[in-house]
Amino acid sequence: MVYQHHNESRKPGGDFSYGHLWGSSHDSALIAFTLHLADDALILGHRNSEWTGRGPVLEQDIAISNIALDLIGQARNFYQYAAGLINELSLSARSPEDQNSLFNSSDTTEDSLAYLRDSWDFKNCLLVEQPNGDWARTILRQFFFSAFQYYLYEQLQSARHAGLAAIAEKAFKETAYHLQWSSEWVIRLGDGTDESHVRMQQSLDLLWPYTGELFRPTNYELFCIREGICPDISLLKPSWDAKVLEIFAEATLAVPRNVWMQSGGKEGRHTEHLGYLLAEMQFLQRTYPGNDW
Amino acid sequence: MSQQDWPLWEVFIRSKQGLDHKHAGSLHAADAQMAIENARDVYTRRMEGVSIWVVESKYVHASNPDDAASFYDPANDKVYRHPTFYKLPDELKNM
Repeated sequence: MVYQHHNESRKPGGDFSYGHLWGSSHDSALIAFTLHLADDALILGHRNSEWTGRGPVLEQDIAISNIALDLIGQARNFYQYAAGLINELSLSARSPEDQNSLFNSSDTTEDSLAYLRDSWDFKNCLLVEQPNGDWARTILRQFFFSAFQYYLYEQLQSARHAGLAAIAEKAFKETAYHLQWSSEWVIRLGDGTDESHVRMQQSLDLLWPYTGELFRPTNYELFCIREGICPDISLLKPSWDAKVLEIFAEATLAVPRNVWMQSGGKEGRHTEHLGYLLAEMQFLQRTYPGNDW
Repeated sequence: MSQQDWPLWEVFIRSKQGLDHKHAGSLHAADAQMAIENARDVYTRRMEGVSIWVVESKYVHASNPDDAASFYDPANDKVYRHPTFYKLPDELKNM
């Protein structure tokens, strides 16, 4: 008899909502962390792709689409890596309580991970799922996140885990450009016209509460930090703060103070935006399963 | 943003094997740094180049096609200007 409760129903791609599994073993934590990196990149890549064909200026339409492609490429690398880990694990037999878990699936692919999980299984931070808003909000979101990715990938390149390190090495160069591009837009709009400055300030007030989550490790991240798989993300904050202050000074923007930080995305507790985003992103794959084009 | 204020820039790209920057096209940008980044985004997507020059179009001065006759035709029949015109004596070894 197969024991089922609502979290354990066998969904395509397996069930990732076992809170107790994450951090309790090397494999679970590594997979969770890889998925977190993949989800971050995919969701932000998707958000940026929403500008394609709608950019304010032709060259910026191309720029933001390029950045979206870079991010989706990073996501693919991480998803492929995670799928490999999951499939390997499912082949080495498991105990009965894993019968309905993700480890039971030996045919996980990058596509099933990207398109067939629901919002509670996504581990992206809350920042990347925020809506695009106007150009100011998009480039500010990019700046905050690219600055974080920059310092993360810089460290991850030399992490103990060769698979992740290789992905980080390639992504690092892309991220360096994303950071440069978005920094300059922050400066241009912050120190631009009265209107652009006001819009930047509004977006800053809106996005700032989502920046704290980037530096607060969840339990699977803590596990990976102890194992040397990932750098201590809380130690990345000083570099990030310095970068933000440097750019904001030129952009005549002020860092908000004493703001309570939102969190939960990395553990699958998302804002309502992610549901709508996934509905759009996953619609085709779910309606025509297995199709490609 | 008021795009009428953004000048037009000419973009020149040098490929990895090349020695000279070739004209790749033009684009609008607010300043030189943006022009270079736009050129990188638009004209080097397929590894077309490893070096970018941008020049505001207003600084590119071109010859007038109407002057072509007086500018270029006279050079057509002055064969003595070509290095292949004269033969070196055999005694000269180090020319």
